[in-house]
Amino acid sequence: MSDNQPVLSIKDLHVGIEGNEILHGINLDIARGEIHAIMGRNGSGKTTAASTIMGHPDYEISSGKISLDGEDLLELEAWERARKGVFLSFQYPQAVPGLQVGHFLRKSVASIRGEDSAKGPVFREALKSAMEEVSIPRSFLSRYVNDGFSGGEKKRFEILQLMLLKPKLAILDETDSGLDIDGIRVVSRGINAAIRGSDSGALIITHYSRILEHVKPDYVHVLIEGKIVKSGGPELALELEERGYEWLESGNNGGE
Amino acid sequence: MAMEEAREAVGDYDLGWHDPEHSTIRFDSGLSEEVVRKISAIKNEPSWMTEIRVKAYHHFVNRPMPGFGDREALEGIKFDEVCYYLRSSDATEKDWDDVPDDIRNTFDRLGIPEAEQKWLSGVTAQYESEAVYHSIREDLEAQGVIFLDMDSGLREYPELVKEYFCSVIPYQDNKFSALNTAVWSGGSFIYVPKGIKVEMPVQAYFRINAKNMGQFERTLIIADEGSSIHYVEGCTAPTYSTDSLHSAVVELIALDGAHIRYSTIQNWSANVYNLVTKRGIAHEDASIEWIDGNIGSKLTMKYPSVILKGEGSHAEVISIAYAGKGQHQDAGAKVHHLASNTTSKILSKSISKDGGRGSYRGMVTVSPKAENCKLNVVCDALILDDESQTDTYPTMEVANASARCEHEASVSKVSDDQVFYLMSRGHSEEEALAMIVNGFFEPFTRELPMEYAVELNKLMALEMEGSIG
Ligand SMILES: Nc1ncnc2c1ncn2[C@@H]1O[C@H](COP(=O)(O)OP(=O)(O)O)[C@@H](O)[C@H]1O
Ligand SMILES: [Mg+2]
Repeated sequence: MSDNQPVLSIKDLHVGIEGNEILHGINLDIARGEIHAIMGRNGSGKTTAASTIMGHPDYEISSGKISLDGEDLLELEAWERARKGVFLSFQYPQAVPGLQVGHFLRKSVASIRGEDSAKGPVFREALKSAMEEVSIPRSFLSRYVNDGFSGGEKKRFEILQLMLLKPKLAILDETDSGLDIDGIRVVSRGINAAIRGSDSGALIITHYSRILEHVKPDYVHVLIEGKIVKSGGPELALELEERGYEWLESGNNGGE
Repeated sequence: MAMEEAREAVGDYDLGWHDPEHSTIRFDSGLSEEVVRKISAIKNEPSWMTEIRVKAYHHFVNRPMPGFGDREALEGIKFDEVCYYLRSSDATEKDWDDVPDDIRNTFDRLGIPEAEQKWLSGVTAQYESEAVYHSIREDLEAQGVIFLDMDSGLREYPELVKEYFCSVIPYQDNKFSALNTAVWSGGSFIYVPKGIKVEMPVQAYFRINAKNMGQFERTLIIADEGSSIHYVEGCTAPTYSTDSLHSAVVELIALDGAHIRYSTIQNWSANVYNLVTKRGIAHEDASIEWIDGNIGSKLTMKYPSVILKGEGSHAEVISIAYAGKGQHQDAGAKVHHLASNTTSKILSKSISKDGGRGSYRGMVTVSPKAENCKLNVVCDALILDDESQTDTYPTMEVANASARCEHEASVSKVSDDQVFYLMSRGHSEEEALAMIVNGFFEPFTRELPMEYAVELNKLMALEMEGSIG
């Protein structure tokens, strides 16, 4: 593995669901320590891309490649990808009634980072400081995973998991949606703590630029109807904020 | 023979080993009045017991099969092929070292002596028809707590047994209570004196070892005024290609202000018919709780019941059922509010998988004279695949308008997205399913002593293994 090998490399990825192609040839490289943003309207294929990288079995890959640190991911199941270092913060986290948060976190840390990280003071300290960072009270530990959580609590809980699992690649699917300004500030603090200064790569998926003011991306890509139509620096996010997406849609490329 | 053994060894039920059969007395299979009289004679019983056995036998013969539950499976019971009495050791020992080696090894493997050391007040271990081991902590004995196997109970406290035997469940109650009354052997007899609170649970463990065995234990628990006790029972059997029959009767009497909790983890192998009648009667301000877990067996029909006879009494039935391949769990609860200000809570959870079938059958009644009763019934079913089945038969008969009734029912499926979410956190599909299933059962599991809760979670994780196609 050479030093300039990307953490995530996606080549000409075509993905469909129930026979309909949704992603039409995506290319994306994320190097160590880089933060990329994918912006796009609802229905453009953002969650499809995130779920495919994580390994959701419902998405059919007709061609293309996804690799992590040069290793092919496509043959691996979601849990194996997680153990290799892929993390997804879900747009819609799922509730598991009866599964206690504390128990779940410990089990997840054990399976991804090893038993030693999930035991004793090491785990307790990591848990305590991560919970403080994203303003989650201790009482949360005995609640059930995402069961009856508010929208904001769900998102903070996703970021808490990000902080504890320390992935090589963090994919954040609309972590900002449904949050107020304070909520965005809190989750951003957690995201920065988890990935700044590490050599993890991050892919932030959003349709507003607001979160990008708190977690500055190195690159911004625009996804329209399953294709990346434009890539640029952080300034592209601001431009999208001002001008919307229309000027980038097919047949409207006059602005280029 | 080798083929048969191999077949019996298959499956993921890892409690399904069997020991060589040993017996000091073994009846030929089949049931008759003579068999019933012989059981009574071997035990040297008083004549009133012999008489009630014989009456119960005739009732059993004439009584049709229940008109509900799994009638097809019930018709498959071959009563003629069952062995109704098998004694494998002539004494009930007080020291594990005196129990025959094979039998002691089996209970060692099941972890019973270890649990006894750590957290139990007393243990009775039944193997086939008789208790082979029995003990109670000396301090409890000194306080007057009686904890015996039922046969010793009848010998040592005939008056007490005579007063309460069949008082909660008459033999005419149903076909299987009649059968049990006719041929009962073993089980527990407990009396807790006034005001005595037994802190640590007492445990009974029932093991069937022989093929085509019938086990018919009989349990009677009397908690005197203001006393309390927690009784825990577990059971397992070898996996055979022919069926065994387990048909118990359990009667509980909670006198004024007493509290009885009765917890069961039923994990029979998938060739055991488990047809059990359990009922308690709660006097003034008493409470009875059934914590009832059904994981194993071929067919279970069991509806733990409470009769709320005294004012202010309380009933709770928290049950789970897991119906896997070839299993039908027909379980539920019954509560009868006969007095005012009585309360009841029923929580039933069932999981069906690999073509298994889970049924909830419940009945709650409030009599016209019972004022201000509160009833709460919740039943949830979780179905793990399309071949499996769940059904609910809830009945509420409320004859007093002041009653407050709540009833909720839900049926859900494990969603792919839920499994994917857990898998994305590093858990295999099987582990993810085990987390969902154990979470679903959590409201039950948290009621169990910790050691049992851990075992149950492991058991369910095992059930989820190898289940992914
Ligand atoms: N499970 C599914 N079944 C059918 N169509 C789907 C499914 N998931 C997504 N789609 C379709 O794929 C397209 C992209 O959806 P998605 O990736 O969720 O977009 P985004 O996350 O950008 O809002 C939409 O047209 C959506 O309707
Ligand atoms: Mg989306």
